[in-house]
Amino acid sequence: MIEVSDLRVALPGFVLDGVSFQVAAGEFFTILGPTGAGKTLILESIAGMVALNGGRIRIGGRDVTDLPPERREIGIVYQDQALFPHLSVAQNIRYGLRYRPKAADREARIAALVQRLGLAPLLERGVSNLSGGERQRVALARALAVAPEIMLLDEPLSALDPNFREEIRDLLKSLHRETGITVLMVTHDFAEAHFLAERTAVISSGRIEQVGPVAEVFNRPVSPAVAGFVGMKNIFEARFDGCVARAEALELTLSGPADPECRFVAVRPEDVELFGQPPDTGGGAVNGFSGRVTRIDHQGVFCDVRVRCNGMIWQSILPTGRLMAEAIAEGVDLWLQVPPEKIHVM
Amino acid sequence: MVVGFIVLPLVEMVLAPSVEDLGKSLADSDVRRSIWLSVYTSGTAALISFVFGTPFAYLLARHDFKGKRFLESIVDLPIMIPHPVIGIAILSLAGRQHWIGRLAADLGVRVMGSVTGIIIVLTFVGLPFYINTVKNGIEAIPRRLENVSRSLGATAFGTFWRVTFPLAWRSVIVGMILCTARAVSEFGAVVIVAYHPMIAPVMIYERFTAYGLRYSQPVAVWLIFVCLVLFLLLRWLNPAGRART
Repeated sequence: MIEVSDLRVALPGFVLDGVSFQVAAGEFFTILGPTGAGKTLILESIAGMVALNGGRIRIGGRDVTDLPPERREIGIVYQDQALFPHLSVAQNIRYGLRYRPKAADREARIAALVQRLGLAPLLERGVSNLSGGERQRVALARALAVAPEIMLLDEPLSALDPNFREEIRDLLKSLHRETGITVLMVTHDFAEAHFLAERTAVISSGRIEQVGPVAEVFNRPVSPAVAGFVGMKNIFEARFDGCVARAEALELTLSGPADPECRFVAVRPEDVELFGQPPDTGGGAVNGFSGRVTRIDHQGVFCDVRVRCNGMIWQSILPTGRLMAEAIAEGVDLWLQVPPEKIHVM
Repeated sequence: MVVGFIVLPLVEMVLAPSVEDLGKSLADSDVRRSIWLSVYTSGTAALISFVFGTPFAYLLARHDFKGKRFLESIVDLPIMIPHPVIGIAILSLAGRQHWIGRLAADLGVRVMGSVTGIIIVLTFVGLPFYINTVKNGIEAIPRRLENVSRSLGATAFGTFWRVTFPLAWRSVIVGMILCTARAVSEFGAVVIVAYHPMIAPVMIYERFTAYGLRYSQPVAVWLIFVCLVLFLLLRWLNPAGRART
């Protein structure tokens, strides 16, 4: 387990401040945040590679704050794998063994690990001509070979080709399940976190915005920064009055009374419905507004559609086929509708 | 034109002496001794730079601390100071009037007019080239490799020997070549600290002033030849360099 309390690291032009979270033993935990939010800095603080200005770090109940990296019992895997270029695959994997007490089952364990990661045919090769997926598997084997107490993964999927990314992602998930090791992974990709992790911490500009189960962060972000990060593209400042939110010129009906402390409404683009004609609901459709399409970005099967309603720009995502069916094109007037239960307030 | 400017005087000098003159000068034991002394003292300066310069280059490449910029400028100082000034500066430290000079004398170390003095001067002028080259080489190695090594259990020292040094080896060789090259070509500072024993550049100067161009040229050609062979040998010994060429 990992406990980070009140971590503070000040670098020229960047401060990580008051960062606290806990990762339970055997948990897969992610730190999510945009590039430059301080994710890797948290990871390297836990690994003992940066000097702290404050805070404590405990791993498996041991206070490691003042220990050098080599005494923290961690495995680290970087985005670029950081394989030792002057060593073969086998030498990379066995690099850390000389620093660990020689257990009787060590060779068997390494052999099993090599087998599990499909590295047996590569052992004598140099590392420079391996594929991205192979390199990442070597990096994982090298870290797991020393049987660390925790694994730290720094964006392990982002530098990979899409086909390798899926392979390594699945591998990470099953390795975690098989070994039961505590994993802390940093990523900027919410989909990765959703697939792999049980809980997540969202970080922005050196501060933690929200910690919780991934589904909760996804569905109930606590701040506009988190909402934006988990894909809620429509975020508006609003004033609340019971079940009504007034965002600029629009009045939105909510599914229940909002906390008067709330200051924002947020809606996912996939929850913003678009129709060529006002739907025939026999009178007042709730949260239905007329608007005009200002921009359409084709993304393959789906399209991002921007609609201007009373001066506000709403973003929706539609299957490309729907565009044709509803005759939606740039400059066209249409009808936009937001179901009350899909409006998130914060 | 630029290449011509550099090559022409050298080609002219190499081709000027007759084979007979070259043979005669090689038969002269003074010439052989001075060329050997040049190679030996320059090589020793490179070895000293390797031993003391490598940890210092690592410190500069990997750590940020107050006054680092200042320290880096100090390392570069020997490149900028006129050579005779370097000789005078070293002599003023090594002389009887300075406590360091007195201490050295008490320990039986003679600087003025000795091989020790030559090596001190050559190390002084060569060291910045070694440190700067190795520092750049270490900076080019991703720090993450060292981080991973530490996380796997290696100490800072172990990481240096198993990761940093093997990867910086090429820049270490290049640094030693540059340091040796700089040391072999030094004249101004050496001539002040140690006219005797005579290193090759001092002998060439002496032959030129005493006997003229014709007597100095063969010695110069032999010096160039020996240096060229040595540098090629060092390049060839360096596996990384060989693989890349």
